[in-house]
Order: sequence, then structure tokens, then C-alpha cells
Amino acid sequence: MGKVIVVTSGKGGVGKTTSSAALGAALAQNGEKVVVVDFDVGLRNLDLVMGAERRVVYDLVNVIQGEAKLTQALIRDKRLETLYLLPASQTRDKDNLTPEGVEKVITALKRAFDWVICDSPAGIERGATLAMRHADVAIVVTNPEVSSVRDSDRIIGLLDSKTLKAENGECMEKHLLLTRYDPARAERGDMLNVDDVLEILSIPLLGIVPESMDVLRASNVGSPVTLADGHSAPAIAYFDAARRLKGENLPVAIPGEKRGFFGKIFGRKAA
Amino acid sequence: MNFFRLFSRPQSAPAARERLQVLLAHERASAGDSDLVTKLRDEILRVISKHMQIDDEKVSVKMERGAQVTTLAVDIEIPFEAGKKAA
Repeated sequence: MGKVIVVTSGKGGVGKTTSSAALGAALAQNGEKVVVVDFDVGLRNLDLVMGAERRVVYDLVNVIQGEAKLTQALIRDKRLETLYLLPASQTRDKDNLTPEGVEKVITALKRAFDWVICDSPAGIERGATLAMRHADVAIVVTNPEVSSVRDSDRIIGLLDSKTLKAENGECMEKHLLLTRYDPARAERGDMLNVDDVLEILSIPLLGIVPESMDVLRASNVGSPVTLADGHSAPAIAYFDAARRLKGENLPVAIPGEKRGFFGKIFGRKAA
Repeated sequence: MNFFRLFSRPQSAPAARERLQVLLAHERASAGDSDLVTKLRDEILRVISKHMQIDDEKVSVKMERGAQVTTLAVDIEIPFEAGKKAA
């Protein structure tokens, strides 16, 4: 049985779709069988970021409504054999997502894949709550900025109350993915730093993705950043985050932090 | 510590951090609060109406959050008839 991961944030524009694509690709690059599911019905973009926008025939809503089989809707990545995409519908609205339908799709995907990554829409409405409902693990994507941190706090509250795991009295495993981090601004004291955000949200850190031109460049050409330029700083951050997801105990390096000899040895403890 | 920082603008991140900490402390405490008041109201109503007839509309349950303590005020209007029956 595969693991279901929700990539969520509350706030829009913080990097959920970029991170879903990059983490999915990073896992697939290591041989894992991965499907990335777009839950943003009406405003789909995962297809575009992954460069599959011209290959969408059927979507998640078609599958839920019984108009297409799951295998017909899944799009296999052209570059990675083990990476698949299940696109959202662009024309219907989110009311077409039913809890029963979503449950069926997720159950079927779990059987066929090692990882099911659910790219949540922004907000706290139906699409977002259904994306997180069946998750085993949640990745909370946050920018070091007040509105993003506040919305992440709200989402953490929902993860602890509105998911199946929470309703069964289990604890949802949550990880913080800090994106668009600008070490120079944090160093100057003009941006919340890693410790500030960690202290406020108090969930373990999965990774820090630095603000970088490479992310935009990758989306311009329709390629997850880990595929577009595997040696770029954001790609390395996503590769490391993917390894931590797989359970590896890998210390998180803080971008820009000058470390002495001891600092390098005793790095920050990861999630 | 940069010597030149002494002359530059004050840092803004500490303000962000402090504002968030205060705001989130309040928001976390009040999450599901509306639920609690509704629940309390329903249960109080049920207990009282076992013993006397009261009007649903004439029951008010209020919770007020202060800096140190939170007060719960329950205000129930008992009609003359019902009160007499109970006595």
C-alpha cells in the first residue's frame, strides 16, 4: 500500500504545485512509483507545471463521475517512467468532487503506487478539505511571511481535526516545507528566519527551498525543478526533502548560514 | 553583527514574529469556540426544560475572553407561569 501525502498551505501562491511536482519527480527519480493528483478543480495548473498540459484527455472529475476509467485519466510523464499525473478538471467546479468518489480514487491509487501526492487548492473549502482527508502525511508549504504563516497555522488546525486520521483519534504526521526563503533578507532581519517560523508553527522541518530563478525557469519550460536542473539549489532542497520523506535522517542545512567545523558536523536535526 | 547596521533601518522580522505570536495565541484559543457555546446552550436548555417550561429564544449564553480569565454568562428568562409551577 502506498503512502498518501497532501501538499497544503491555506494561502495561495506559496509553492504547493511547484513543490508537489518537484517532490513527485524527485521520488520518481529514485525509482519510486509516484502519482501526483491535482485537486484544484476549476483552476488546474499541475499539468502545466509538469509539462503535460497538451496530453490531458480525462481528469479526476471524469473518473469520479464514472465517465472515464482511472487508467484512462492517468498521464505518464515523458521523462520519468514511474511518474504519473492525475489532472483536475478545468471546466467543472469543485462541487463535482464527492467524498465517496475521492475515497474510491485514492484507495485505487494507493494500491498501484508507492506515493500518492495530493496537490491541494488554496483556501479551506471543499477541494482543500477533500485533498487532505485521506492523507497519511501532510506537507505544509509556508513562505517566511506573516499571512502565509497565519494560514499555515489554520491549516494545521484543520489537519488535526478534519482528516480521517484525526477523526479516528490518530495523529496526523505534519512536516513544514519552507519555500521562497531568502537567506540574505533573513540575515538582515527583514524576513522571518527559519527558527521564527519553526517556533511559531512547531511542526518538524522537511526542508528549506531557497528563493531562486531556477523555479520560475523550470515552470516556464514545463519541467519539475528537480528534472530541469538537478544541480540547482532548489532541486537539491527538494531531493533532500524527498529523502527525508522516505525516512532518511538527513540534517537540514540552512541556506546562507555560515557554519564552522562543528556546525557542519552537528547540523540541524531533520524532521 | 554588522557595524553599519547600527545606522540602518530597524529590523522588521522581530515585529512580524511578535505580531504572529500574539495573533495565533488568540486564534488557536478561539478555534471551535462557537461550537462550544452552542453546545453549552443546548445542554443547559435541556436540563432546565426538564423542570420548567422556558422559551428557547429567551436564553442567552455568552462567553467573554479577558486577559486573565474567561467568563461564561447564562441568562435565562423564566415566564411567570413556569416559575409558579416549579415552586
